[in-house]
This record gives sequence, structure tokens and C-alpha cells, in this order.
Amino acid sequence: MKLAVPVNENNMNTTVCPSFGRTPYFLIFETDTKESIFLDNSAAASQGGAGIKAAQALVDNHVGAVLTPRCGENAATVLQAAQIKLYRTMSDSIEDNLSAFQAGTLSLLEEIHPGFHNHGGK
Amino acid sequence: MKIAVLSGKGGTGKTLVSVNLASVAGECFYMDCDVEEPNGHLFFKPKEVKEQEISVSVPVFNHTKCNGCRKCVDFCKFNALAYIKDRVFVFEEICHSCGGCTLLCPQNAISEKQKIIGKVQIGQSENVTVHTGMMNTGEVSGVPIINKMIKDNIEQKEAMTFIDCPPGSACVVMESIKDADFCILVAEPTVFGVHNLSMVYELVKLFDKPYGVVLNKCMDTENPAEVFCLEKNIPILGRIPFDKELGTLNSNAKIAAREKDDYRSLFSSLLQKVMEEVAHETTVNSKR
Repeated sequence: MKLAVPVNENNMNTTVCPSFGRTPYFLIFETDTKESIFLDNSAAASQGGAGIKAAQALVDNHVGAVLTPRCGENAATVLQAAQIKLYRTMSDSIEDNLSAFQAGTLSLLEEIHPGFHNHGGK
Repeated sequence: MKIAVLSGKGGTGKTLVSVNLASVAGECFYMDCDVEEPNGHLFFKPKEVKEQEISVSVPVFNHTKCNGCRKCVDFCKFNALAYIKDRVFVFEEICHSCGGCTLLCPQNAISEKQKIIGKVQIGQSENVTVHTGMMNTGEVSGVPIINKMIKDNIEQKEAMTFIDCPPGSACVVMESIKDADFCILVAEPTVFGVHNLSMVYELVKLFDKPYGVVLNKCMDTENPAEVFCLEKNIPILGRIPFDKELGTLNSNAKIAAREKDDYRSLFSSLLQKVMEEVAHETTVNSKR
């Protein structure tokens, strides 16, 4: 399965980005092959609707689950419609979160915030 | 004659100035364009109120006609559309009603429906016809409501109209002042007030509107907003004192100019000064 994590930089030493829609990159991790690629998040520069566009890109990349500290309601609508599961990250560390997911100890992200709509949220 | 009253932030006295000016102006119109929280009607308490709903167009998809080319999704600059599992999803609250997707669709799969975003109330309060724009909670932009109010007012070309603008200098304010003949900038006597004044000052200059400043909440101490006006050579139209009685009347939703002669003459002379400025601007412009 492909996992997506919003991350601050495009290398494996990076950390989890607190923003979903406006994260600079997504780490796409294939659990079977352990391969990683970094996806530029073109939605980050959007005037509005960044979460929708970012979620669309993950749908188009056939992601199966998203590991994120939080997610806005519009992005969640897109991901849920595509039956992509949302998990809450437990720390900033990429490695910890990927291991926890594979060990089955990461919990589902249940609180969906109403979105920041250009009003902060860093 | 359309006079817009604006300020860089809320609470400087836009409604105080526009409501009282309208009250001393004889037969006139008052347009509350602060559609997110209109409060002019609380002062005027208009009678025989009529309501009109305001709506915008949002796309509706015919999923059998849609072949999933995604041209609409790629086109939408606002990211209001997503394509998931062979279906387009519309995020109505993100949609800016540009109509682009409907025009673009090669399959003709998109039509439009009307979505109500607010209303305009029109009523009478003595000499003033009160128009109040009200946006529904949760809507993103009041521009379509203001646009409708301003358009309807164009027919009243000769009549005196006071436009009570939303705070700030964003799209809603631009929409409110675009047809104005003169802009009154209301300013507070603080450093913060100067910052907000400079925002609207830049806006009216950008729109090439004639303007002047009303200094509100004036005290005996130094007034940074006045200093700003003198430095920039901005006409000062009048000064409203920081006065407990005026504040009390205002916070009890009373129109000061209708309650007390002193205030009536204060706002009458302000109006006269505004009209002189407008006449001056007209002469200057005709000579250009």
C-alpha cells in the first residue's frame, strides 16, 4: 500500500509538516517495496482550496492511507470519497510514524478541523 | 451623488458618520454594505421592510454526460472541483461563481443552479431609505450582495446616497466604493489608527477617488491621524469629539443628529464641508 505523509523537505531526514494542504512536499512510501518518493505539492501556492487540490493529487497517485497531524474538512471529504484512510501522526519523525503504521499502532485521525481558509494555521 | 464612508478597521465610526450624515441630508439613501455584520438598521429601525434574496450560480454536474476529461477540475483556479472515483465533486463554498467550468465542458455536462447567499432589506426611516445587505453565516464573499445593491442604486443617480462600507481595504470595500463620487475616510487618533487610515488612503488613491478624512474620537492630546493628514496634504473634513454623551447615544442605537441639536449641527456642517469638497473636485476635474 502507498502511504502519504506531508513533510517539510524532500529528503529522508525531514520532519512531518503540520499543514496538510499547504505542505511543501508529500512523502509517498510504498509499504511492500519500502520505496520512497517525494511529491511536490503544487497546491501549496493556491489562493484557496489548497486542501482539495492536495488531496486530489494523492487520489491520483493511488495513495491508500495518509499519515498527518491534522486535516481540514474539504481535504477529508476528498480523501474519504476515495476511501483513503486518515491516520494521526504521533511525532515529527518520519521513521517513527512509518514504523508505527506498519506495526498497526497508529490511530485513525478522527478530529477534522473546519479549515483555516487563509487565516493562519501554521 | 454617492458618498462612501470607509475605514481601515472596524469600530472607527463608519456607521456613526454615515447614519448621522444621512439623517441630516434630507431625502436620501443609506446603503449598509458591511454585509457580514450590518448594523445601520439598528439605528434607523426602518419600517415597511421588504426583502429580496440574493443568490449566486454554482455548477451542477450531469454524471452520465461527464466523460471524466477533468478539464473543469484543472481549469478551476479556486480548486472548487475534485474528481474522485469517476465523479466530479463540487465544493460550493469554495466556488467563486465564475461560470468557467460550465463554458469549458466539452460534454456539456455542467449546468448551473442558484444558491442563496444572503438578502437585501429595504425600508424607510423618516427621510432615509435604508438598504441593508445581509450575508448568510458561513458564506465566503459578500461581493455579489454589494454588487446588486450598488447596481440597483445606479437608477437613483440624482439622489444623495451614503454607502456604509465594510472595514478594511479588501474586495468587498472595492466593490462598495467603485461607483462612489467621494470617499470619506474615518480615522482614530492613535498610531494604530494611522496604520489603518494609510490602508484606505492608498485604496482611494488607487481608485482615483476624491477623498477627505473625518477625525473621530478627538481629544486634546496630539492626534497622530491629524499629523498623517497634514503630512500627506489630505483634506480634513471635520472632527468628532471623544464625547461621553455621543458615545452613550450611539451605544443605545440612537441617531445623535436626530436626538440633539448640537449633534445635528455638527453633522450638518460636516455634510456641508463634504459637499464643498465634492464641488471643488468637480471644478478641478472639469478643468483637467
